[in-house]
Amino acid sequence: VENVRLLDRLSSRRAVVGTLYLTATHVIFVENGSETRKETWVLHSQISSIEKQATTATGCPLLIRCKNFQVIQLVIPQERDCHDVYISLIRLARPVKYEELYCFSFNPKLDKEEREQGWKLVDLNEEYTRMGVPNNYWQISDVNRDYGVCDSYPTEVYVPKSATAHIIVGSSKFRSRRRFPALSYYCKGNNASICRSSQPLSGFSARCLEDEQMLQAIRKANPGSDFIYVVDTRPKLNAMANRAAGKGYENEDNYSNIKFQFIGIENIHVMRNSLQKMLEVCELKSPSMSDFLWGLENSGWLKHIKAIMDAGIFIAKAVAEEGVSVLVHCSDGWDRTAQVCSVASLQLDPYYRTMKGFMVLIEKDWVSFGHKFNHRYGNLDGDPKEISPVIDQFIECVWQLMEQFPCAFEFNERFLIHIQHHIYSCQFGNFLCNSQKERRELKIKERTYSLWAHLWKNRADYLNPLYKSDHSQTQGTLHPQIAPCNFLYKFWSGMYNRFEKGLHPRQSVTDYLMAVKEETQQLEEELEILQERLANLQKSQSGDNKVKSKQQDRSKQSGLYTSNNSLANTPQEYSHDLKSFPSRSPSQGDEDSALILTQDNLKSSDPDLSANSDQESGVEDLSCRSPSGGGCLPSEDSGKDSDEAVFLAG
Amino acid sequence: MEFAELIKTPRADNVALHRPFHAAVEGTLCLTGHHLIFSSRRHDNAEELWLLHSNIDSIEKRFVGSLGTIVIKCKDLRIIQLDIPGMEECLNIASSIEALSTLDSVTLMYPFFYRPMFEVLEDGWSSFQLEHEFELLSSVTNEWRLSCVNKEFSVCPSYPALVIVPKSVDDEALRKVALFRHGGRFPVLSYYHKKNGMAMLRSSQPLTGTNGRRCKEDEKLINATLRSGRRGFVIDTRPLPVAQQARAKGGGFEQEVHYPQWRRIHKYIERFNILQESFIKLVEACNDQSHNMDRWLSKLEASNWLTHIKELLTAACLAAQCIDREGASVLVHGSEGTDSTLQVTSLAQIILDPRCRTIRGFEALVVREWLQAGHPFQQRCAQSAYSNSKQKWEAPVFLLFLECVWQIHRQFPCSFEFNEQFLIVLFEHAYASQFGTFLGNSEHERAKLKLPHKTMSLWSWMNRPDELSRFQNPLYEANSLVIWPSVAPQSLQLWEGIFLRWNRPSKFLEEAEEERMNIIKYNKELQAKVNALRRQLAEMETNELVQEEP
Repeated sequence: VENVRLLDRLSSRRAVVGTLYLTATHVIFVENGSETRKETWVLHSQISSIEKQATTATGCPLLIRCKNFQVIQLVIPQERDCHDVYISLIRLARPVKYEELYCFSFNPKLDKEEREQGWKLVDLNEEYTRMGVPNNYWQISDVNRDYGVCDSYPTEVYVPKSATAHIIVGSSKFRSRRRFPALSYYCKGNNASICRSSQPLSGFSARCLEDEQMLQAIRKANPGSDFIYVVDTRPKLNAMANRAAGKGYENEDNYSNIKFQFIGIENIHVMRNSLQKMLEVCELKSPSMSDFLWGLENSGWLKHIKAIMDAGIFIAKAVAEEGVSVLVHCSDGWDRTAQVCSVASLQLDPYYRTMKGFMVLIEKDWVSFGHKFNHRYGNLDGDPKEISPVIDQFIECVWQLMEQFPCAFEFNERFLIHIQHHIYSCQFGNFLCNSQKERRELKIKERTYSLWAHLWKNRADYLNPLYKSDHSQTQGTLHPQIAPCNFLYKFWSGMYNRFEKGLHPRQSVTDYLMAVKEETQQLEEELEILQERLANLQKSQSGDNKVKSKQQDRSKQSGLYTSNNSLANTPQEYSHDLKSFPSRSPSQGDEDSALILTQDNLKSSDPDLSANSDQESGVEDLSCRSPSGGGCLPSEDSGKDSDEAVFLAG
Repeated sequence: MEFAELIKTPRADNVALHRPFHAAVEGTLCLTGHHLIFSSRRHDNAEELWLLHSNIDSIEKRFVGSLGTIVIKCKDLRIIQLDIPGMEECLNIASSIEALSTLDSVTLMYPFFYRPMFEVLEDGWSSFQLEHEFELLSSVTNEWRLSCVNKEFSVCPSYPALVIVPKSVDDEALRKVALFRHGGRFPVLSYYHKKNGMAMLRSSQPLTGTNGRRCKEDEKLINATLRSGRRGFVIDTRPLPVAQQARAKGGGFEQEVHYPQWRRIHKYIERFNILQESFIKLVEACNDQSHNMDRWLSKLEASNWLTHIKELLTAACLAAQCIDREGASVLVHGSEGTDSTLQVTSLAQIILDPRCRTIRGFEALVVREWLQAGHPFQQRCAQSAYSNSKQKWEAPVFLLFLECVWQIHRQFPCSFEFNEQFLIVLFEHAYASQFGTFLGNSEHERAKLKLPHKTMSLWSWMNRPDELSRFQNPLYEANSLVIWPSVAPQSLQLWEGIFLRWNRPSKFLEEAEEERMNIIKYNKELQAKVNALRRQLAEMETNELVQEEP
């Protein structure tokens, strides 16, 4: 469709005209005219909603909201075209079969071996060995080898040594969806552990001997402690309501030596609505401070984030300080339980705060334990009531921790944002389906690529420059402040207003420091070479010494590091009063832009996420580029950055 | 008056000091004429706390049996608690502190008694002279002149002795214009934009009154700053209705008929008591101990503090936009022209002028646009957020300005030579200081008090190389561009360095700051090493060549 206008959300005056293409996998908007022919790529799987608005004199507006919080506003001149686009997108955005998803057509041109290597990057067996199991107290159980006991669990689960197959199976029959208590994290130092399960089918009075034995076994696996905590992450009211349906929570009288604790994290429906409300606030056009703060409060989002953090803090404290094991569950044990276990593990174990460790953590607590990625993130067309930002909340908790402990994490904010993006993008096979069983049946590992390998390859982009493996913050347990700490939880504009670049700090401290560190490394190398040369010279004293050194010009170019200064050069609309003022000359502003530092110096991030900064219009940049899987566009278009070539080559 | 008269109990032992995030410390409390001094008795790690009486905003006392407790709330927003055994001692100490922290005579303030322990390398009182500014200006334009019409402070008591005005306007005209402007604050040059020759002027409101009085000289003065055929903007920091009401009291605004080349924009910036209330509410919210997330956000919202920040930044950006983008001259004023006017003109300069983002440049800006421009520091900063007195002239006007600078700094972390600490120190010294810089309400008062002779300047201390290194931003790379901040709510954050400074754990953030410094320091060291080696090698190689040749 030609002559489509892409509107700038912050300013209606800034719109660009271009051509809209629909491919099998992407929506692509290519700007007319300008030399750069800026492109905006959106994966169909990222589309969360499409809204056709009332036709106006200029055309028919189409609003596309994406799951990575991008909002695209198009105006299509012909109503009929608009309708066609709308209908096609609705169909394309809601695939019904896994095979339609992008990861099955996405081909980064890696050979079979490389792909297999990629999938081996994160190995859970290795992880359990790292934690120190199996050992005297914990063993691997094959009771679920054919998914016979629990189809949403992995085949290999770690259970207390004293828990026999009989106990496990018995316990599983007393738990929702047969998700019996299994090991999530084991603390080598003091034998305390975090176990996870679903709610017991206790109703008002039912008991199960095997389940009671199972909890007993977990306690015994930690000989230093004479009780365990059972943490129900639901609000008490919800848990009680479940009793009427034959489910519920553990009765302290029936289980010996447990301490039962509710931690009120709301359910997926509340969270979905909360996010919805917060996004409405983010989308407001020029909101006042009160609108924004009031809306943020009203959405309850930060309150929910804090509830999850509080649960994680409670568990980490129990394990690290009291040395007490904890069993965590919610209803089915695949949403809140996953959040809380992983937040607690992150605080407890510095390994999970490294890049590799974080991948392992997601693979362990989310992927292997059957977090329903397909349902929660709406990869295939399904029940909208199943959709909820569960892992988004976990990712935000990590960010909130990073804000409080700036030196504790090996990775940076960009790493988190890219993981969030790919959970929805379906470009890699990691997060497909709802369980390990389904993924095996689909032969995901043979047919798709692993995100972790892709992120690992580009790990230089994701490093936190402040991280040092021997820094005090990278050792041991993190202790976030408990009270009063409300003000520590902040709105994450880097995520939820991710595509409104104009709202973010215009210069990135992280990028600056990374560039400095890179230079430092080069200096170190040069220093070594120079010293060597000097030594040789001094030794030989004569001129036959011909050590060639890399002649590097290390002179600092001014502005080498400063990123995104171009944005600095366009004022926002500070006042509407100025509109009518006639004296504005069109050429103004060019002068500033000419001073801009070259974009090449910018560390390019993941190519499908990197935004090309438009130096003239500055304030906002909607471009979301993607490796052209559809192959519908000629690749000689200018502006492709080098990273992208990796995907296009061949 | 002898301070000794006010000190009934100069010393108390076995006093316990409580501070958030610190274990309680036991020690001795001493009162002197200007300080409260607490020193712990632990010999291994003796700790001393020196608190200026003038930093104390409010004091509360309560008793449990014979153990008295004094809660001291400071103007820098810190709260400390002292447990003092003995009812009489406690009462004596509390009343002494109360008396000493509310001395009403300026000449009894600490700056008049303070003797610096450092060698003065440069007298800060003469570091920033308007003559120097004018010299810089003269190198790019000859359209302006330095006027000493206010030499005796008789034309305008709140102006400095020297001002910069258009060359074509003589002192006689200035005297007439002064009569037409509130408090005699006739339009003067605040900033000259070298890039396009546009000027930013500031003044107070014109005294048009209800009958629309006009002043030809005033019109001529401000028109002298326009290029032929171009128009200018008047940015009035009051909403239109307020400006209209002001006419009844003799004030007013520039009417189109008399200023046809000027377009008026009203950008409302909140004033005195409303700001003070907002400040008090915000600090209350930050000190709230409850655990409820919702309450925090609604209290933050209800304080309206960030709204004021947003309004102020927007107005400053607008002024900068008119100058840089529209190529127009700008006149800024509110009513008196001593508060919101200065906020707007100084922030616009931060945006437009790279020099103001350096340490010396910023100090010069504070001197020029705040101290010399007659912001009544002594009135505005008499009390901070804990005071119960609530005088209507108290207002955190300067703090708001500093916070806006911080907001821009946060968005452009590599474009400022100074760091956050620099801004925090300025905030502290504006409210309580051993230096005379922020005493008095105008240059006139400072001259009468003979401050330059009797007190030490803050700049003399801050600009010492040892101190300067504490204020430098390691990430700084000179950026000659105009920097346009975002004023969207998502882009503005609470200034934790001020408001949560005493009630959040700062260890991890400080460690991060240290790490940033280390990375850059190490890089610079390596660079120096490499350069030295290169030079050495080059020398040796040339020597070799010389040896080889013969």
